[in-house]
Amino acid sequence: MTALTPKERLAIDRVKMPEQDAKQRACNFTEVNLGLTQERAMEEAQRCIACKNKPCVDGCPVGVRIPEFITAVAAGNFEEAARILRVDNALPATTGRVCPQEVQCEGVCVRGKKGHPVAIGWLERFVADWAAEHMPKENPPTTSTGFRVAVVGSGPGGLTTAGELARLGHKVHIFEALHDTGGVLRYGIPEFRLPKAVVDREVENLRALGVVIECNVIVGRTLTVDELAADFDAVFIANGAGLPMFLDVPGENFKGVYSANEYLTRVNLMGAGKDEKGGTPIARGETVVVFGGGNVAMDGVRTAKRLGAAHAICAYRRTKAEMPARSEEIAHAEEEGIEFHYLLAPLEILADAKGWVRAVRVQKMQLGEPDASGRRRPMPIAGSEFEMPCQIVVVALGTTANPLLTNATPALKLNKWKNIVVDAKQATAMAGVFAGGDIVRGGATVILAMGDGKVAAYGIDEYLKNKIPKHQA
Amino acid sequence: MFRVIRNEEIAPQLHQMVIEAPRIARARKPGQFVMVRCSAGRERIPLTIADDDPKAGTITLIIQAVGTSTREIVAVPAGGYLTDVAGPLGLPTEIEQLGRIACVGGGAGTAVLFPLAKALAQAGNEVTTIIGGRSEKYVILQQELGAFSKQVFVTTEDGSSGEKGFVTLPLQRLLADPNQCPAAVYAVGPVPMMKAISNLTRTFGVHTIVSLNPIMVDGTGMCGGCRVTVAGKIKFACVDGPEFDGHQVDFDELSARQATYLELDEHGCRLDQQLAAMQKD
Repeated sequence: MTALTPKERLAIDRVKMPEQDAKQRACNFTEVNLGLTQERAMEEAQRCIACKNKPCVDGCPVGVRIPEFITAVAAGNFEEAARILRVDNALPATTGRVCPQEVQCEGVCVRGKKGHPVAIGWLERFVADWAAEHMPKENPPTTSTGFRVAVVGSGPGGLTTAGELARLGHKVHIFEALHDTGGVLRYGIPEFRLPKAVVDREVENLRALGVVIECNVIVGRTLTVDELAADFDAVFIANGAGLPMFLDVPGENFKGVYSANEYLTRVNLMGAGKDEKGGTPIARGETVVVFGGGNVAMDGVRTAKRLGAAHAICAYRRTKAEMPARSEEIAHAEEEGIEFHYLLAPLEILADAKGWVRAVRVQKMQLGEPDASGRRRPMPIAGSEFEMPCQIVVVALGTTANPLLTNATPALKLNKWKNIVVDAKQATAMAGVFAGGDIVRGGATVILAMGDGKVAAYGIDEYLKNKIPKHQA
Repeated sequence: MFRVIRNEEIAPQLHQMVIEAPRIARARKPGQFVMVRCSAGRERIPLTIADDDPKAGTITLIIQAVGTSTREIVAVPAGGYLTDVAGPLGLPTEIEQLGRIACVGGGAGTAVLFPLAKALAQAGNEVTTIIGGRSEKYVILQQELGAFSKQVFVTTEDGSSGEKGFVTLPLQRLLADPNQCPAAVYAVGPVPMMKAISNLTRTFGVHTIVSLNPIMVDGTGMCGGCRVTVAGKIKFACVDGPEFDGHQVDFDELSARQATYLELDEHGCRLDQQLAAMQKD
């Protein structure tokens, strides 16, 4: 194949992601995006002009060698592309689906300056899915260092660290608090955005590398960090997000009010909505109002639609421009008939005589001066209060740090939000104990947790360099 | 997988199960609970740990089979397995030496009360125990509680054992008697019972601890489904509890929230009717 000229590359339009029909998918939980074909992927890869400065690599929290893997895709060498991707990214099938590319790699792509950026996320997903189908699982390294590392949590941070450490020849044991693996990838992100088969596959890849995963172990309760630090040569804490925040308005404890965490966990982790006898139940409503504007709010409101709500409403106190959700999620939600009510804040949740939600009293807002976050502050408009009838309210306002592990581990240094303080290598105040992801950052993203996991793995490897394994084989 | 070592029906629909869980047995303190999932696809259910044997590596659960999930759990025979048992969760009971203490248990709540009463007695408190049930066969652990209690009062609604009536009767007599009035009351049982006891002790100004068992999904603080209002603030029973000051708990709200999924079918029907009515309009 002859290489294209820059002019020819510039002439190619950005590929369209084939999607399940919006009407159809609003009634099912199967994945919205269907994935690119080989031909479309190769064509899209040719849009990359292999610019000198590679801003996309700097835009990626884990520094994926984006132009290199894309060049391999353009040449039809998918195996090579997968190998390149794998070096920097332990969970490419996941990040290709859930990363906010528009503010990372694609946000800085030079092709985006005039027109549309290269569809880096979709190409990443294509390569990862192709590799899963065509390439054998990785083998564990032939030599072992004899070091054993405990990882707390099997979410994106824990899985990434475990993969990196296992490849470096360390024995890794993951302790997961829930009964299943994946952390937020399983309990939080819905099937229609990240199929659980993808999470299973990522977990199986780690097992093939020799990583041991044990569920039902709540570190801080079942075992302590001190016990792990005494038994293992190093510890990585990535126990994830914490306690859901509520609206702090009257009526929040009426029946039919859920935190987004509870709503999504019931459906994603526990299988509610399949209505199996003896399974986990969930309350449904004709009208569901979700408060919040992030990805979790999008996941909540789109789940409500799929559970049969005629009106699935996302109420956000700012405007679409300030919404922190991924633009693709917002677009998908709009296509699915999600109703967006901007500049609306809740005042009170109202219930019927039996204590079930019947409406939410809300107030219209207008945008004022920018606040500490740099976003324009919503200001209430006096006299604009009204009632929105609904049967279910879902609150998606974020979380505060989970105290289970940190309360039981006084040697860890915490900041004022009770998140763990770490240095540039993710090391905590306890020797040999590292931490990353939401327990360090507060609410963040999958890819940032993975970035922490990667940095921590190298930090741990370096820490172990001049140590002797605690347990001699 | 967690092996069931023993499974006995100690009262109608009330099972005492001994389960192999060495780490939980070692870490567990009175007042804590575990999340149990019988098998794949089933609910996660919070169950208080009644007792442990760290040497044998076992914990004891006392389970009232009231719903589909609890019935499935108690149907697992000795030698069988529960898929998931995670814990210990919740804050342990603060065991202080207060002097005279009254421990009050209603129905299956007596099983939750047992480890607290035992720990309080071991800490040197003089424990008076009051337990009640619908009838004689629902009164459990009388002998076991008697082993360390100064005295045990039994009440039944039908008078088939002990005094006829509710647990509040003997408690009221203790509270009214300056020579017997307890320094604190620990109460575990159905919400109306804990509410009645808290209202009673409030008039006597006696500190009262109740152990709550609201709806939970994960039990680790993540879902907030177990939120209760205590002193006007939202608390999560799984990480802030399950024990709270009975004088500060909003019991009516707790009752309502606990009924959520029992009422769901009825509520669903109501929604269907509303929907049908709207479509007619």
